[in-house]
Amino acid sequence: MSGQSMSVGPGRMGAILLVAPALLMIGFLFVYPFGYSVVSAFTDNGEGSWHIANFTKAVEFYSKDILFTIVIVSLSTVIIGILAVAIAGYLTLGENKTAVAILKWLYRWPLFIPFIVSAQLMRTFLAKNGMMNNILTSSGIIEPLAAQSYLDWRGIVITFVWKQTPFVALLVAGAMASIDRTTIDAGRIFGASRLRILIELVVPQIATTLMVGLILSYVVMLSVLSVPLMINAQSPTMLTVDMAWRINSYGDYGVANALGIMSYLFTGVVAWFYLRQSLKDKGA
Amino acid sequence: MVQATLSSNWVRMTTRVLTMSLLAFAIFGPITNMLLWAVAEVWYFPYKLPLEYGFSFWERVFRPEGNATEALFSSIWIALLTVVVSLAIAIPAGYALARGKMPFRYLIMLLFLLPQAFPAVAVHMNVARIFYGLDLTGTVMGVVLVHASQGLVFAVWIATAAFAAVDGELEAAARNMGAGRWRTFIDVTLPLALPGIMASAIFVFLISMDEFTGTYFVGAPDVVTLPMLLFTSSMEGNYQIASISSLILLVPSVGFMLFIERFLKADVLAKVGS
Repeated sequence: MSGQSMSVGPGRMGAILLVAPALLMIGFLFVYPFGYSVVSAFTDNGEGSWHIANFTKAVEFYSKDILFTIVIVSLSTVIIGILAVAIAGYLTLGENKTAVAILKWLYRWPLFIPFIVSAQLMRTFLAKNGMMNNILTSSGIIEPLAAQSYLDWRGIVITFVWKQTPFVALLVAGAMASIDRTTIDAGRIFGASRLRILIELVVPQIATTLMVGLILSYVVMLSVLSVPLMINAQSPTMLTVDMAWRINSYGDYGVANALGIMSYLFTGVVAWFYLRQSLKDKGA
Repeated sequence: MVQATLSSNWVRMTTRVLTMSLLAFAIFGPITNMLLWAVAEVWYFPYKLPLEYGFSFWERVFRPEGNATEALFSSIWIALLTVVVSLAIAIPAGYALARGKMPFRYLIMLLFLLPQAFPAVAVHMNVARIFYGLDLTGTVMGVVLVHASQGLVFAVWIATAAFAAVDGELEAAARNMGAGRWRTFIDVTLPLALPGIMASAIFVFLISMDEFTGTYFVGAPDVVTLPMLLFTSSMEGNYQIASISSLILLVPSVGFMLFIERFLKADVLAKVGS
């Protein structure tokens, strides 16, 4: 079978030639600018030699935002993980068919809504006179005078959670659908509550999928410029906004790239944990 | 005893309804708020609902020279060009990765994932700087290239999966009956892989339609796509125009959600990334 399909496919040289344009594209539009950013972070701003002045300046100016970015992205990731497991868990273990069907229809909506549109939706929804406060005051849950704008760090977290939870829930629900049902049934026979079944029997079996989904979301949240720019661009804000500001207002590529290197490192740490974990799993 | 189960059932039912309503509000609340803004003529604090409804903003932005019409056309034009560029690169690459004797195949597949694995802002601002030296900033071609690099991983991975799902024996049969390599590819392989290729085209089209960061660094202020119009009007406080642009961007996205399963069949989906 494989022998036959090889005979119809291109040979080694042909295959390399066919892939070459795609590789050139990645080289020109990703590898080259990536290397450029590293060199720029260590050399820019007049002096021809290698130095770390850009990093000291970046830490001096933006240490608050560096911390702020880590806190926002970590908090969002944790909330997304909990909500995604809850939604996928209910889809897998829920006994009321109507509720499961409604949830299945409901939870996916934000999945394909672009980030920039999500940011605009939340900009109106979470504002001081936005729909959320209007409903809360109309229903008497909060006093009209107590209404406050959520367009600060909370708004960024809410937007990230709103947009990314369906993605992780979709992946996790898919993984949960394909696990061995016998362990779940065994748990049921022994009278374990559904929450216990979910946490002790189901989640360990889908942990890898959950982790992949959360890591992808984490990287996406570190990359998105539109959400922090539109929800809360005042200090303290996220590093993506600082990078754009550094370039548009000062043309200061050195410090902007130093901040960029830090954001590479944030994803690098997570990727390293992931690789270590998956190596451990394979070794065990 | 019966009473106790009845009341506990009732409590369960109420919790279920409450949770679902809360979730529905959390998901549709922001969307409703946007829809209201899209048809609001006059709306200011402290009024909870618009004071006047109407379509005068729609009329204003959809005039032939209205800014939304222009942004919509430039978005669609850029997205179509991005699809052409991506497919021209991804179809040969996907075919080679699925069928060819490719050295380091796994590493090459991973390489296409790299642009997604690093924060895009940090890379895009340097792309803009490189493009500046090549006179590509502020041009449609520059924006198309950035969008294509964002979509390339999906284009290549889905195209590879689509070609891998084509039954190799059909190609072998065509070859045995004397068809040349090129003829076999055009008449047998490509038509069979077409639904998957279409899915990757739709993916790339949507990525381009929704792309913001790259356009912000490379295209602004000369190239105004719909997301750029949304952004500038929102920052100027013109929520009607921002909401109308949001609504236009939502249409292809939601349509995609409803129709993707027709194009992306399970046999192709199972091979994505493998």
